[in-house]
Formats: sequence, structure tokens, C-alpha cells
Amino acid sequence: MKNIFKFILSSVAALMLLFSTAQSDSIKIGTEGAYPPWNAKDESGKLIGFEVELANWLCIYMKADCTLVEQDWDGMIPGLIMRKYDAIMAGMSITGERMKTINFSQGYADEVASLAVMKGSSLEGMDTPKAINLSIGGSDVKKALKTLTAALAGKTIGVQTATIHQNFLESGDVGSVKVRTYKTQDEVNLDLAAGRIDAALAAAVAFTDYAEKSGKPVVLVGPTFSGGAFGNGVGVGIRKDDTDLLKRFNKAINTARKNGKISELAIKWFGFDASM
Amino acid sequence: MDSLPRLLNATKLTIELTLVSLFFGIFVGVFFAILRTSKVKTLYYISYYYSYILRGTPLLVQIFIIYFGLAQVEWIRESILWIFLKEPYSCAILAFTLNTGAYSSEIFRSAFETISKGVVEASQSLGLSKIIIFFKIKLPIAIKQSLPAYGNEMILMLKGTSLASTVTLLDLTGVAKHIISTTFRPVEVFIVAGSIYLIMTFIIHNFIKFLEKRYDYN
Repeated sequence: MKNIFKFILSSVAALMLLFSTAQSDSIKIGTEGAYPPWNAKDESGKLIGFEVELANWLCIYMKADCTLVEQDWDGMIPGLIMRKYDAIMAGMSITGERMKTINFSQGYADEVASLAVMKGSSLEGMDTPKAINLSIGGSDVKKALKTLTAALAGKTIGVQTATIHQNFLESGDVGSVKVRTYKTQDEVNLDLAAGRIDAALAAAVAFTDYAEKSGKPVVLVGPTFSGGAFGNGVGVGIRKDDTDLLKRFNKAINTARKNGKISELAIKWFGFDASM
Repeated sequence: MDSLPRLLNATKLTIELTLVSLFFGIFVGVFFAILRTSKVKTLYYISYYYSYILRGTPLLVQIFIIYFGLAQVEWIRESILWIFLKEPYSCAILAFTLNTGAYSSEIFRSAFETISKGVVEASQSLGLSKIIIFFKIKLPIAIKQSLPAYGNEMILMLKGTSLASTVTLLDLTGVAKHIISTTFRPVEVFIVAGSIYLIMTFIIHNFIKFLEKRYDYN
């Protein structure tokens, strides 16, 4: 009897040990799988993309066992808070608004946003600088925003919901444009190509990727945007109380930056070095 | 809590989508129900397959085919139809009308079928014309018979309009999602939105009950 008791006790202890180690070393990472080239799916439904590969490398550096969890974009932050996963790697820019609810690791890559139209649109050939940084400001930025406000007056612009791009259009920086929000970037692209919207705003790479794959004459117009409402690069989203995990991700990102892994993956997926 | 006015404002669009779709849906439903009683085989089969296909596929798929699918076809985009199909609002109304029309046609058909031959024969023997028999005898009986099932369909349509948010319309569900995406509080917002749907369902339910009493000849 005593032996059986001992056996049960020891197996319970062994199990607990097993679970505790398994738990501390297994990280679930949420991603959308619908924002190429950041994260997407191939024909067989397998997750691919820059962040999918980067996540695998970061997990190797953290010596953690990671699983990627798919989540629709509009439920990405609620899903993190409700513990469906422990980290977000979904092309999510670090912004002040999001920082009120969650923490971010240091940025691992940066992207610029751009307006896109169909070839032949009246918005082509706007007289603006190539790039503007809203954090820096200055007379150039002011002038560019003025040009944009005049050009976009009365136009309907499509964006993915709950993005920095939506925030920017609703901030009033380019006047009061008609904003139409979509669940995914795919749907924004479809309606741009169909001519339901006059222009769309998203990561510049999202449009060039779409133009290349679909063969549709989608062209970028106006300046590329960064800073301000566009945030400070893309980082890993982590719950506020998970400070240990935050440290581990920061360390892993440092490693990946120093050994050139982020640059290598960025060139592979974006065609240029978007690492930061 | 400060999002309540925004949700109530969006409720207007939800009510509008429901009422407009149900209004057109009744005509579509009656039309196909009559086709179904036709002795011409082609007309019968048109109605049969219309109802079979529309009831056999999800409403979400139908709205996507109409909104995103048709927009892929170049000659549609260049035709006069595009003025109508370009707008998400009219695409949503079209999808909802066709869907509720299919269900209504089945409800009306079965209501007409329950009218006993005896009643019709009795009216014929009184020398009433076909038109009078249809409007004064058959139709009132059919309306009464179809009320409970049709009330159910109204409620399903109300809830079905939540899919309008998938084609960029800011109805009750659309605005609820919009608020959640900035406040990250899904539970509270969905409970409020759900309660608004519940209140509307309650109103429809009691309206049907009232009509049922009114048409109760016993």
C-alpha cells in the first residue's frame, strides 16, 4: 500500500516537473497569415512569410518550443490579452495607442506606408517629396500633407481595419477623406482593382507584392509615410505582465540582428533590407 | 459606455437593411411561391432550383459572391449594372433579398398547400371568380398559416444583416467590431450589441404575436 502511494506521489511529481518545464519553454505566437510578405499562407494553407521564419529563428535563440497560432487581425490584441497566445508577430507597428494596452519588444523591422491607385488614376503624379517622416515634421511635411489634402478631398480610401493606416486617415492630417475599412488587406486590394475605392493605404510592400502576384496595374502614388501615427517599426506584442518573455524576445532579437539573420530574411521576403 | 450612442446610431442601418430586404423579399417570395404552383414544368423547376440553391448555401458565401465575385468580371464592371453593384449597400440588400425571398417562397408555398380543397370548392360553388377566391379566401388563410414561420424568418433576417459588416458597411456588428479594434474590450461591447439585437427580436416576436391574434378567426 505504502509503495503504491509512493509510486503515485512520485509520478505526480514527475508529471508536474514535466509540465512546468514544458510550459516555461513553450511559446504560442499569434499571426494573421494574410499580410504578405510579412505573414501569409501558401496554397496548402501552411504559414509562410518573413515573420514566420523570423519567429522560428527567435525561438531557436530562446531555446523555446514555439507554435504559431492563426488569428484574424481585428481580434489580434484581444486574443493576446485573453491568453490565446503569448506574443504577436503580425506586422504590428509599435504605436502609443497600442502601448496603452500591451508591451512591445524592440522593433525588428520597419516598413513604410504608401497610397496606391490603379494606373490611369487622377491621383497619379502628385507633387510631393519621395518620403515624409511625420515625427520629424517641418515645412516639407506640412506642404506634402497640404497637397495630399487637396488631392484626396472627396475620395474614398480603403484600409484594413484597426491599422496605423486607418488611424492616420482618421487623424485629420489629410482632411476628411471617406475611409472604408476591410477585414483583410486582400479585400482592400480586390476593391481597389475593382474600382470601388479611389485609393488604398497600407504598407508599400503589400501593394507591390499584390501587383506582382496578380498582374494588376496597381501603382504607388504620393510620398511614403513613416513616424507619427505610423509608429516606430514593427515589434513583438507581449502582455504587460509578461516581463520575462519581453526580456527573452529582446535578447533573441539582438542576437538575430547581430548575426545578420533579420537582414537575410528581410532581403529574402521584401527584396530590400527592412531590418532595424 | 460612451460607445453606446455609436452603437445605437449603427442600429438604424441594421433596422433599415432588415426592413428593406424583408419588404422586397416578400414580393420575391410570393412570386416564386406562385411559380411553384404552376403546371408549366419550366416555371416550376426555376422556382424549385432557385429555392434549392439559395437555401443550400451560406448567406456569407452569397454576399461574397455578389460583392467580391461579380466585381471580378470585367463586362459587369463596364455595364450599367455596376452603378448598382459598385455600392456595398445595394450588394447587401440584393443578397439579403434573394436569400429571404427563397425562404419566404417555401413558407408561402406550404401555406397555400394547407388550404383544403373543400374551402376552394365551396367558394367555386358560390360562383366566385378566380381572382376573388385568391384575394379574399386563399390569401388571408395563407397569411394566417404562414405567420409563425414568417416571424421566425424575420428574426433570422435581422441577425443575418450582421454579415453586412463583411462588405464594409457599418451596421451594428460593424461598429461593434470597429469599437473593439480601438478599445480591445470585446466582451463588454459584444454584450451591449447582443442586447440591442435581443430587444429588436423581442419587438418582432410580439408584433407577430399581435398579428396572429388579429387573424385568429376561431
